[in-house]
Amino acid sequence: MSETHAETAFARKAPVAFVADGQIPASPPPSTAVGPVKWVKDNLFPGPVNTILTLASLAFVALLAYEILPWLIDSSWAPADMSLRGCRAEASGACFAVINERFYQFIFGFYPPEHYWRPTLAFIVVVVSLWPVLFPSAPRKLLILSALSPFICYWLIWGGSIWGPVAVLAAPAVGWLIAAKGGGAITKIVGEDFGPLATIVAAVAGVAIWLLFFLGPVTGALISIAPLALEEVASNRLGGFMLSLIIGLVGIVGSLPLGIALALGRQSKLLIVKAISVGFIETMRGVPLITLLFVASTLLNYFMPPGSNFDLILRVCIMVTLFASAYMAEVIRGGIAALPKGQYEAADAMGLTYWQSMRFIILPQALKISIPNIVSSFIGLFKDTTLVIVIGLLDPLGLSSAIRADQAWNGIVWELYGFIALFFFIFCYGMSRYSQYLERKLRTDHR
Amino acid sequence: MTVTSGPPAAEGFRLSQLIYDTRYRSTTIQVVALFAFMLGVGWLISNAAQNLAALGKDFNFSFLWNTAGYDVNQRLLEYSSQSTHGRAAVLGILNTLVLAVVGCATATVLGVLAGVARLSKNWIVAKLMSVYVEAFRNVPLLIWIIIVVAVVNESLPAPRDFRDVETGAIVLTNRGAYFPEPLFSRGLGDVDLGLFKVSLDFLAVVALLVGGFYASGRIGRAADAKQAATGVRPNVLWFRLSAVLLPLIAFLVATGFHLGYPELKGFNFAGGTYVRDSFLGLWIALSLYTGAFIAESVRAGILAVSKGQTEAAFALGIRPSQTMNLVILPQALRVIVPPLISQYLNLTKNTSLAIAVGYMDATGTLGGITLNQTGREMETLLLLMGFYLVISLTISFVMNLYNERIKLRER
Repeated sequence: MSETHAETAFARKAPVAFVADGQIPASPPPSTAVGPVKWVKDNLFPGPVNTILTLASLAFVALLAYEILPWLIDSSWAPADMSLRGCRAEASGACFAVINERFYQFIFGFYPPEHYWRPTLAFIVVVVSLWPVLFPSAPRKLLILSALSPFICYWLIWGGSIWGPVAVLAAPAVGWLIAAKGGGAITKIVGEDFGPLATIVAAVAGVAIWLLFFLGPVTGALISIAPLALEEVASNRLGGFMLSLIIGLVGIVGSLPLGIALALGRQSKLLIVKAISVGFIETMRGVPLITLLFVASTLLNYFMPPGSNFDLILRVCIMVTLFASAYMAEVIRGGIAALPKGQYEAADAMGLTYWQSMRFIILPQALKISIPNIVSSFIGLFKDTTLVIVIGLLDPLGLSSAIRADQAWNGIVWELYGFIALFFFIFCYGMSRYSQYLERKLRTDHR
Repeated sequence: MTVTSGPPAAEGFRLSQLIYDTRYRSTTIQVVALFAFMLGVGWLISNAAQNLAALGKDFNFSFLWNTAGYDVNQRLLEYSSQSTHGRAAVLGILNTLVLAVVGCATATVLGVLAGVARLSKNWIVAKLMSVYVEAFRNVPLLIWIIIVVAVVNESLPAPRDFRDVETGAIVLTNRGAYFPEPLFSRGLGDVDLGLFKVSLDFLAVVALLVGGFYASGRIGRAADAKQAATGVRPNVLWFRLSAVLLPLIAFLVATGFHLGYPELKGFNFAGGTYVRDSFLGLWIALSLYTGAFIAESVRAGILAVSKGQTEAAFALGIRPSQTMNLVILPQALRVIVPPLISQYLNLTKNTSLAIAVGYMDATGTLGGITLNQTGREMETLLLLMGFYLVISLTISFVMNLYNERIKLRER
């Protein structure tokens, strides 16, 4: 429209006073309809109810800030006298000196200070080996390190001879050797029909025999040849955030495969397999973790062969893994059940066997859609590691009661719990953020 | 490889068919699994039997009838340190159930409010609720329990601070809270049921309430029937209210009902219903923690109903209130209720954390002091796990019934 006017005006060469020869520039919107004013009006004071709510919220925030900020600002980190009394003499607010003084204890528990480098190195190994698992852009060769890292970390943290972990690590190698090299010979003995099955049985039996009978002597022999050892650290010296991370990571790594197996068992058409899976899952989910920790601390040794004595942390790790795997199984079962029937039918129509259809069709999709729930059950598991305090392990909360019992820090409350809560918040919030990243990344539907 | 041609000769049953023939394979696998399972269980049991024999212990539950010798600090039934372990366990179980029920109630209220508020257009309210939900979901419950109990202990006044102060019906001290207690000056007395005593007044009130609600329901259904027959609904609100309230009020007046207020006597309060600080702390912490999870379920449930549903309902001319009741809520509840119930289950199991702050629940009595005093780990833990298992299975049975009823049918 305005173009035509402009053209005619241009053609005539003589401007006409009442015809616009260009677009009138847009005038700025009224100040109440744009910018921060509009935002505040729309988002904070849209109506009487919301105004009241906003004011109440602001009052609440102001009250919190009034209570907490002076406490945070007027804090003391390193008073001359490292005790609560020293803090109070210097500042009226928080006494973070306790965290300053006990920082290493919070992280390592009562681990010998001269060996702090070992758990630190183990932590670095864990981080590096998690990298290729979590981010597909990382070099694939690092996955070998991921596979070896449990053994490396065990050796670094508990110490002792290197040959113990190596001998355990050799067990899968023994199994593989029997399966790969002995397969032909075994097939010849038992006949074509049972060849593959007998090979698998032989490999499993080989691993069991290695673990039961050869482990001790071989380790002993290797130690006498080359005593490569770190100084042993007893389990009761482990504590702090290190302990939470150990239990949490073992539970996470162990519960995923176990959970998948249980979920498949629960969805199976085989009645007995299903019954066993359902029984296990419901029992584990039906009782609180605390009772299972009591079982770990008082009862588990009863069920082991007479004379054997498990380490308490190992027992706790076993129970936590079993507990978490039941929850994991339910999460994955939800994912499997959410797949449309057509996926199963398509897999059957392609002539895939049960394991092939699970491996290539069902599980990839089921695991993908259960990622948010898998991660939230990881978060739950990691938070649950604090419960080990009830069986006397020195996780951060256990350490905090020990610190509060100390003469110098008697009466300190908020600084300790706030610090521990912050630690857990950072880890758990990080995990939930990562799950959101993964969800976005793996989404293949139409956007 | 042997080179043969032609169809395989029709042979009899070969052993390898057990593995390679799909007709028999599943049976084979199941038999092997069953044997492996039985073998495993047998191995565990035989180990346990050997270990118990080596320690000179037997497996029986007679310790439940021995004198407990410890005190249960919060109790609903008569108890003294001369009572038995079994009675202590029952008290612990009741304490667990009370905590679970009140916790579930408050957590639901908090969770629904926070979930709706998080979707609010009001920026600061939505952000505050996000902070609340994230803070509680990402920090362990045990830490929250300890922090809340510490807040109760550190910030509330001690009982002695109430000296010469007029106290109201409810008194909050750092040792716990005191509420008014119902008293009957012409009460009906107690009836002794052998194991415990029950107040007849309490039973009568419950019976009157149940009867009143039943009568009110009957009046309502009669009104429904009349409306269906004639099209005019009689106004029965007052009848229904009086059916519930009148008998109750008459009973309360007849028995001389009054409230007993707490009063400071010596160093502590007497009278009123006493609720310990640990119970208060647990209750608040469990409600806040579970409420954060429920808020997320509620939010997800509301977001799961697409906007098209509301628009379709409006296009059909359905009024907003009916749209909510008939279209949105049924669909949102289908998403909300299953996680809600599993949060109830989690809360019930999480009450076992009470042991960390000294509230005597089932874990504290049966799995705590009784276990340590009698040294019967196997029996006490079996009982304890059995108790939690019964609760969990009951709740999940209810949930399965519900899920079955609301399930979307696919082919």
